[in-house]
Amino acid sequence: MQVRVENVSKHYVGIAALDDVSLTVAPGELVALLGPSGSGKTTLLRTIAGLEVPDAGKIFFNDVDTSEGRIQDRGVGFVFQHYALFKHMRVMDNIAFGLRARRKGKPKESEIKRRVMELLDLVQLSGLERRFPTQLSGGQRQRVALARALAIEPSVLLLDEPFGALDARVRKDLRRWLREIHDRTGHTTLFVTHDQEEALELADRVVVMNKGKIEQSATPDEIYDEPGTPFVFSFIGESSVIPVQVGNGRATLDERVLDIDIGGLADGPAQLYLRPEDVVMMPEGPGIPGLVVSTRRIGGMRRVTIECGLARHRIEFDAPAEIPIENTQRLTIRITGGRVFGSGEEGYETERLASSATSNFKWRKAEA
Amino acid sequence: MTAAAPGAAQTFRWRRRSVLPGFGLSLGYTVAYLSLIVLIPLAGLAISSASLGWAEFWRIATNERVLLALRLSFGAAMIAAIVNTFFGVLVAWVLVRYRFPGRRWLDAAVDLPFALPTAVAGIALATLYAPNGPFGMILDDWFNIKVGFTPTGVVMALIFVGLPFVVRTVQPVLEEIERETEEVSATLGAGRWRTVTRVIMPGLIPAILTGFALSFARGVGEYGSVIFIAGNLPFKSEIAPLLIVIRLEEHNYAGATTIAAIMLIISFAMLFVINLLQSWSRRWFGHV
Amino acid sequence: MSDAAAMNPPVKKKRRRTPIGEGPATRVVLLTMAIAFLAVILVAPLLAVFLEAFSRGVGVYIEALGKPDTLSALQLTLLVAAIAVPANLVFGIAASWAVAKFDFKGKAFLVTLIDLPFAVSPVVSGLIFVLLFGANSLLGPWLEANNIKILFAVPGIVIATIFITFPFIARELIPLMQAQGTQEEEAAVSLGASGWRTFFQVTLPNVKWGLLSGVLLCNARAMGEFGAVTVVSGNIRGQTNTLPLHIEILYNDNNAAAAFAVASLLAALALVTLAVKTLLEARFAGELAAQRRH
Repeated sequence: MQVRVENVSKHYVGIAALDDVSLTVAPGELVALLGPSGSGKTTLLRTIAGLEVPDAGKIFFNDVDTSEGRIQDRGVGFVFQHYALFKHMRVMDNIAFGLRARRKGKPKESEIKRRVMELLDLVQLSGLERRFPTQLSGGQRQRVALARALAIEPSVLLLDEPFGALDARVRKDLRRWLREIHDRTGHTTLFVTHDQEEALELADRVVVMNKGKIEQSATPDEIYDEPGTPFVFSFIGESSVIPVQVGNGRATLDERVLDIDIGGLADGPAQLYLRPEDVVMMPEGPGIPGLVVSTRRIGGMRRVTIECGLARHRIEFDAPAEIPIENTQRLTIRITGGRVFGSGEEGYETERLASSATSNFKWRKAEA
Repeated sequence: MTAAAPGAAQTFRWRRRSVLPGFGLSLGYTVAYLSLIVLIPLAGLAISSASLGWAEFWRIATNERVLLALRLSFGAAMIAAIVNTFFGVLVAWVLVRYRFPGRRWLDAAVDLPFALPTAVAGIALATLYAPNGPFGMILDDWFNIKVGFTPTGVVMALIFVGLPFVVRTVQPVLEEIERETEEVSATLGAGRWRTVTRVIMPGLIPAILTGFALSFARGVGEYGSVIFIAGNLPFKSEIAPLLIVIRLEEHNYAGATTIAAIMLIISFAMLFVINLLQSWSRRWFGHV
Repeated sequence: MSDAAAMNPPVKKKRRRTPIGEGPATRVVLLTMAIAFLAVILVAPLLAVFLEAFSRGVGVYIEALGKPDTLSALQLTLLVAAIAVPANLVFGIAASWAVAKFDFKGKAFLVTLIDLPFAVSPVVSGLIFVLLFGANSLLGPWLEANNIKILFAVPGIVIATIFITFPFIARELIPLMQAQGTQEEEAAVSLGASGWRTFFQVTLPNVKWGLLSGVLLCNARAMGEFGAVTVVSGNIRGQTNTLPLHIEILYNDNNAAAAFAVASLLAALALVTLAVKTLLEARFAGELAAQRRH
């Protein structure tokens, strides 16, 4: 089932939750809607499900306009972050609910039971059919919720942060398991997440959203290697950003020319976005001088933060752990990659806590 | 949740230790107050009725007038509680789920029977439903139902008194219902009626039952709202509390005590049932 | 990948309120039924009080209120409330502190005891005190010997009123404090605060709206109690009559207008109580919700 979103907008009290969003999901695709809170990803998911009505735009399932017609008839399987299981019904009644609720084409009770057992098998919960939701663990509950959604043979499967309420270990297991289920059943699936690792690991395609708009919709590799906007660059993976000047087709930092492709950017101030792997330490020779301000071990590498340039911009990069690097050490780096974006486009901002060096608060040492 | 000390060395803990101070003071004061105000007076009643002796107690209790009064009190309370349950759930639903102008004031109005003195309600209801009162006339002319000074009047008064109990018990539970279960139900293909009856209502049943029991318990003992509209004819439209007052005025303490003891026993039984309902619902649904 | 051009300008859809819910027709029917029921059952009696009170004109109304019996009934009612409400306030606070912040065996039993007056008929509530303090009870002779009048005098009325109304404040506070848990108090204690300071500066501000609500209801009930006071007071006009008892006397004397005039006072009090509660809840709805859902 192909899902097509055409110019959908939705506003809440003056804030645009969705701002002219368009998207096409191919049949059988597993698509992740990724973004920070408030980006509109959940609103988009709920609008596709029919749980929200857009102020403008249309949604098409296989070229059929869904705006006429009831939610009950859309055949959407929806899984909530907090499961929303029917607490007063047993597992098997939860799963059978959609089948029993059908007016046309309601299967016989024996057929319903058979399907329920089949699904329990699929989600690996056979034997638990007579339990009540309160007697299950979080991971088990989520699998019941999924089985319940699959029972109605949905045209589209929609999951709203399905693993958000589970602990890390369970989350990882269920992630892998969801991918397997998808490959086996072939449903068109959309899921919402704010966890980029999850999105990049699971999805055929990742749709990065920010403030009600789609920033980029591409494969996980493309999202990581070829981010289209500063937001995508800074939201995915690690990044640093430094201001540079563009002129004569080149980018310069404090008069030093940087050996990077700037595309067709206009002259003037710009932002250079870097990943740690875009920076290389030079043992000697020409390069950009920097002052080490902090280091920490990450696995087999050492993550170094240095301050470069007159304005002391901070850049992070990785060096092999064997090389001893300490604070206040001076070293030289070369920038070998990254992307330059025009200034005025926003990246993903998080609050920067002031470093202790700039604070005047004096601690009294505890008496020994 | 009482603590059971784990491990081999079982010291009997009757309360879980806490860092917060004031336990002794607060509990002590509470128990003292309750003893003075509640336990001792109740013990007095128990002693008095026990001192009657079983035979005398039974004789008074099975007196025809007493039985009829009890039957009126309990019967009218039952009918009123049923009516209140039906309409109370409706009112709670409308207040929680619908937005309309004046909703807050309507919500406040539900508390009226709590705040309005029973005597005030009593004379108002009597005036409204008297044969020459506005509602009394309408009911008489259109439906041939006589309300004033009849047992029906008792039921009307008890409906007034018991309504908030149902609404206020059901309302918080309704507010806490996850909308997501309704949304899931719709995506799974259930029509609205099925969603309401199969998904929402089952979660409300404990609260509905509790509200019913509270409304019933309140109605059984109600006095001030009822005596003006009831008619108070012995054997016909006399409620049990009124009979107690009459016996007291006759200085027939034995009679008054007996009836009071019977009513008290049934009140306690109701309280017990209510508490059972609440703990049952807490176990299955996680809330009252 | 966004599709480039929108073929048509965005069409404004007919706005349905929410996709999940009853249809508009059903809503209207349910709403009408609920409002009609409330209007007939609750609002009509209230209106009747005021209409009847002024049915003979304002002059009669004022005259009825000014009568000395009425004024002394008013005085007694106010006195009883002034004693009962604070006493129950202290109790309510103590009880809810004990129940909400601590775990102990017998807690359920204690809470049931607190709920007791709600399940007991007001007449029975009065009766138990007659049995306790009456002429032929255990304490009766001793009281008589020492010339202490409890029954058929003010102290009896006060005690009976306390019995009837003490649950109100506790019942309002206990679930509120239970929902808020003990974490804030534990934090305060760990920071070195004493029990009293913790209570006044941490607990009390958190429950102030529930407290006010409970006090208002307790007061309204204390002033309006009828059944228990009937039994306990002896109905002596001018001495042991509270306002509700006075209403009954006037009504039975066939002086309906005066009865309603006095009743309107209490009805006005009830309305003020409810109005204040509603206004508070409207203004502090956010705070209340946060307190309840802590």
